[in-house]
Amino acid sequence: MSEPQDRHAAITGIGVVAPNGTSTDTFWKATQEGLSVLDRITREGCEHLPLKVAGEVRAFDPAATIEERFLVQTDRFTHYAMAAADFALDDARLGPGSIPDAPYSIGVVTAAGSGGGEFGQRELQQLWGKGSRFVGPYQSIAWFYAASTGQVSIRRGFKGPCSVVASDEAGGLDALAHAARAVRRGTDVIVAGSTEAPLAPYSMVCQLGYEELSRETDPSRAYRPFTDGACGFVPAEGGAMLVVEAENTARDRGVGIRAVVAGHGATFTGASRWARSRDGLAQAIRQALHEAGCAPEEVDVVFADALGVPEADRAEALAIADALGGHGTRVPVTAPKTGIGRGYCAAPVLDTAAAVLAMEHGLIPPTPNVFDVCHDLDLVTGRARVAELRTALVLSRGLMGSNSALVLRRGTAQ
Amino acid sequence: MNRRVAVTGIGIVAPGGIGVPAFWDLLAEGRTATRGITFFDPAGLRSRIAAECDFDPAAHGLDAEEVQRADRYIQFALVAGAEAVRDSGLDMQREDPWRVGVSLGTAVGGTTRLEHDYVLVSHRGQRWDVDHREAEPQLHRAFSPSTVASAVAERFGAQGPVQTVSTGCTSGLDAVGYAFHTVQEGRADICIAGASDSPISPITMACFDAIKATSPNNDDPAHASRPFDNNRDGFVMGEGGAVLVLEELEHARARGAHVYCEFGGYATFGNAYHMTGLTKEGLEMARAVETALDQARLDPTAIDYVNAHGSGTRQNDRHETAAVKRALGHHAYDTPMSSIKSMVGHSLGAIGAIELVACVLALVKQVVPPTANYEIPDPECDLDYVPRVARERKLSSVLSVGSGFGGFQSAVILTRPRE
Repeated sequence: MSEPQDRHAAITGIGVVAPNGTSTDTFWKATQEGLSVLDRITREGCEHLPLKVAGEVRAFDPAATIEERFLVQTDRFTHYAMAAADFALDDARLGPGSIPDAPYSIGVVTAAGSGGGEFGQRELQQLWGKGSRFVGPYQSIAWFYAASTGQVSIRRGFKGPCSVVASDEAGGLDALAHAARAVRRGTDVIVAGSTEAPLAPYSMVCQLGYEELSRETDPSRAYRPFTDGACGFVPAEGGAMLVVEAENTARDRGVGIRAVVAGHGATFTGASRWARSRDGLAQAIRQALHEAGCAPEEVDVVFADALGVPEADRAEALAIADALGGHGTRVPVTAPKTGIGRGYCAAPVLDTAAAVLAMEHGLIPPTPNVFDVCHDLDLVTGRARVAELRTALVLSRGLMGSNSALVLRRGTAQ
Repeated sequence: MNRRVAVTGIGIVAPGGIGVPAFWDLLAEGRTATRGITFFDPAGLRSRIAAECDFDPAAHGLDAEEVQRADRYIQFALVAGAEAVRDSGLDMQREDPWRVGVSLGTAVGGTTRLEHDYVLVSHRGQRWDVDHREAEPQLHRAFSPSTVASAVAERFGAQGPVQTVSTGCTSGLDAVGYAFHTVQEGRADICIAGASDSPISPITMACFDAIKATSPNNDDPAHASRPFDNNRDGFVMGEGGAVLVLEELEHARARGAHVYCEFGGYATFGNAYHMTGLTKEGLEMARAVETALDQARLDPTAIDYVNAHGSGTRQNDRHETAAVKRALGHHAYDTPMSSIKSMVGHSLGAIGAIELVACVLALVKQVVPPTANYEIPDPECDLDYVPRVARERKLSSVLSVGSGFGGFQSAVILTRPRE
């Protein structure tokens, strides 16, 4: 364990379970090709709801990677988390013997915005349809927001600091920042990220109250931020877990530094007050750049929040210009989430994974389904764009009023 | 940049009395607020008792629109928050809003409203393909757990880092710990911190029934919560909310604020053992205590009082006794350790913050609250649990520990203001 001041938090592993790919390779291939997988919702019991389009994870078999005893006691959102954590740890070549102070030096941090809704609905149906004796023993540990952190910690034997930020979308970035700070304070590794599963019937009924939700039935038109056709966001499930590790620990293990979590900023400007989010997001960007010691001109690409609500899109475009100055209208901006939907807390974690991959490949993925941008932004549309990327800025805003910004620096080992 | 962090305001909504004075009276007198459930008909449940708050939101300044919009646990947070901010003497108009944060814990958030509306949309559990036309327009606010932090931030004009922390039964300690780091590391000068839960609903009672975690002592609810007593048979569900204003020490001094205590340290570890089970040894909780002591630069012998998790389940009380003995060594035997859950029940995510307010008051009053209902020792729980009667004692540093589903073990140390 080294002194806190010289500890940098690196990303050494990425694990993805997303609508467009259930491995990092398939996710990146689909993302850089600009493939859109938004589609009609197929989940049982959702057919009649006035929300028709979402990003479903379809090519995922939880039983292929997760033991039965863990599957039965967990909701789908935790299945995704356990699998994504496995992928990330494999990617980082991190096993039980990799870290000298394990297990206390490896922790788990997740963000959760929707909990185990499908499991919860099933048990509510047992309670109200049959009686309290029919509620199963796992309801108490499957529905709550801490399920994924707890199960990943238990299944992988990690006893380090564990936490759960139960947040709106921006919480995904806050979880990564929380992990990076734990690493700077002395923990060697935090497995951090977010996975969500909000596509169960009752969870969808709850979401219908969001005015920002897209009701468009044509998947190619349902989620088009920064255009005149913007009509809200499309929800999604899945997510990503990342291995956030002390840079020196990774070097000692001989593992490549894929990126460094260099700076973070978080502010609050009120639920659904999108015009006010301009100031809040700009302030979060300034804080993140300040912490990273990064000049605005150094930002090579911005992964936008891209809510798809005209007032919010305008506020975001202006916030980027406010915080980055003249560079704000020249820097390439992208929003690959228009091809997979917005998986609540998981959305900015997938953006972070995409940002790391973009820096590694020197390629900015495009914004699917979006043409004719109506804001003063250089939004990457159509095809991926080749670019030398050393610094990426990831933005996120939440429906409850949070604004968050994360600065990533490209890693040194390829 | 590690800055010193002070507590400059406290507020509380707890069973047995709303507000700090009523709460302290209950603790100091060793009264219990557990009773038969009145919120709904609990027939058919194994555990039909709880510590309910007699809470009238209108009497505590919430208007009709807020009451309609905000779930009960959010109302608790708003009322406790108002008391804490008033107590701190802060004038939010004079603070830089970007430098004011919020960190609130909740374990189950809006589940009470989620269940209420579920019954409507499912036609009482008859339909998987629920009927959305029956749902209330505010339902999405119950769906999003961050609503509580958002509501409190809006009320008090906070525009800094605003977070909801949800780690089950350690949510309260972890949310306040998160706030501690936020102020200590300079991301905010002030953080409105605490936790809130209102879990006394059929689904939450039923799910703890299913694992026999709650007490079935329905015939004697006032004496049902019996932490460390050999006849204990589970915890008694509670509800409530508590808020502490955490403030950078120099910021507090500069405005001449009253400093209740300093935040000494906070740590959390996972047991990586079982979602609901605990080991006999308590290694991980002991490590959390040791780490918090290190941060506070305190020797174990400096701890004058341990506010226990003390849920009153057989495994918890033994686990915790072992952990405290491991962390404090022989000093554990000389240190009073009590559980206020004997009086106010176990309000899941809220209780950690409620217990921290009890710790602040213990430091201020120099009085250790008792463990009510403690009569018959358990041979495996052999510490001084402060049976039934509060005790005067010189207190400089106090420790609060928590343990929760997911295997999480957390510890917080508070100290009297130092030079």
